[in-house]
Amino acid sequence: MKKYLSRAYLILIFGILYIPIITLIFFSFNEANSIASFTGFSFRWYVELFRSPDTFIALRNTLILAVSSATLATIIGTAAAAGIYRMKSKLLKSTITTVTNIPMMNPDIVTGMSMMLFFVALVGILSIEYEDFGFFAMLIAHTTFCLPYVILSVLPRVQELGNSLSEAAMDLGCTPVQSFFKVELPNIMPGVLSGFLMAFTLSLDDFVISYFVGSSSFQTLPLLIYSMTKKKVTPDMYALSTLIIVTIFILLLVSNMRSGKQNAKKGAKK
Amino acid sequence: MRSIAAAPHMLWAGLFIVVPLIIVLFFAFTDEDGAFSFENITSLADYGDIFLLSMELAVIATFICLIVGYPLAYIMAKAEPKKQKIFLMLLMLPMWTNLLIRTYSIMALLDDGGFINQLLGTDFHIIGTKGAVIFGMVYDFLPYMVLPIYTCISKIDKHMWEAASDLGCAPIQVMTKVIFPLSMSGVISGVTMVLVPSISTFYISQKLGGGTFELIGDVIERQFVSNCHNVGAAISLVMMILILISLGIMNKFGDTDNGGIIV
Repeated sequence: MKKYLSRAYLILIFGILYIPIITLIFFSFNEANSIASFTGFSFRWYVELFRSPDTFIALRNTLILAVSSATLATIIGTAAAAGIYRMKSKLLKSTITTVTNIPMMNPDIVTGMSMMLFFVALVGILSIEYEDFGFFAMLIAHTTFCLPYVILSVLPRVQELGNSLSEAAMDLGCTPVQSFFKVELPNIMPGVLSGFLMAFTLSLDDFVISYFVGSSSFQTLPLLIYSMTKKKVTPDMYALSTLIIVTIFILLLVSNMRSGKQNAKKGAKK
Repeated sequence: MRSIAAAPHMLWAGLFIVVPLIIVLFFAFTDEDGAFSFENITSLADYGDIFLLSMELAVIATFICLIVGYPLAYIMAKAEPKKQKIFLMLLMLPMWTNLLIRTYSIMALLDDGGFINQLLGTDFHIIGTKGAVIFGMVYDFLPYMVLPIYTCISKIDKHMWEAASDLGCAPIQVMTKVIFPLSMSGVISGVTMVLVPSISTFYISQKLGGGTFELIGDVIERQFVSNCHNVGAAISLVMMILILISLGIMNKFGDTDNGGIIV
């Protein structure tokens, strides 16, 4: 009885979660320009989507931005985690972590607003056009809101590893930099990688901060979707969303299968 | 001396987190010519109702997420490991799908000429009501509630259940006296992760509110679009202070160790 109840509950909730998504995918294959009545199967909206150069530019921009901001955030954040762990002053430590966490705690809209005002002021001081500055504004904004997540995933690894290994390396003649790259980094690598992935997906997905900071010279996919949904009926946006959902689904499936294999290996070793 | 590795980050955080907040403060307390004024702050009184409405909707949505999400997280955490993985994937897929797409898909479903009305041959008017906006918030942010609670419950030692019932707890008591208190840190991070984006949203109210009412996020967005930076900055400032205070209060209640915040 209990089992059936919990199964029914799961089906109900996941059903509600998925019905809109499935409807959306379904109507992306609609022949007519309608999101309510299905007149016939066609790839018309996909063809239209691929004809428009905006899609490719936005896709390219999104990927460039995600890779570069995640890389930058991972480098700065990993170094920061290693540094924060070795700080002697407790006050300094807690100040840094509090400041770092501000973008994570704050609503996106406030972070976006503050960054936008900052860039407007900066552009005024440097007397350049905001449009020329588009990519760099986005890069700085995305790196900033990704940093806390990188630090949060690297710092526990650094703490777990402790100081003794890298001190041993230095006793044996490594410089601090060598001991970091040869001893510490390989050991904290899982944390660094998951931090990078986290930053990458956050950057891909961000709309609110990009909306405030972005300019028309550098459009990303979420911004493109936003401008598409301003019109009333846009099946090409359905096609784009379907492609994004399918990509995410495949990525999830692959990562799940890989971790499944690794677990199986671990099990076999035992 | 090796703490010097944190220097680039300190520089970055100072320049791109602290300075922008100071600029918000500056804009909030100056008029368009840059002269000091309290005008923006006093003009916020006009937005009092909108503030209250945003809070009301966000609190209701968070509460529904908790009521709906907790049992889901519990069932997921108690399922067999293989099934747990599938459930997690089913939960992650909507979470990773962009918020705009999810919101737009509900709009298409609930619209006056939308799929549901066409299918049933009815003309329910759903878009433009408070209910539609609350539903949108619940739909969009439910995974953020379920995930931390799930992580928290699945970390609870299995022997806790046995020990509690061995010591004479009825199943309901096991739940209320043992499991729920132990999963409190997950609940708190779930509540923050739903409450903060719900209060500040503007896309959901734009699409599902049908332009009939405004939330505080819409007001900020409108100031931004019409280039009224000063009032926008003042609202942002007040919103930030309110949220930081409520986060502080919530963190006092449960000692979160940050464990629940991230997957």
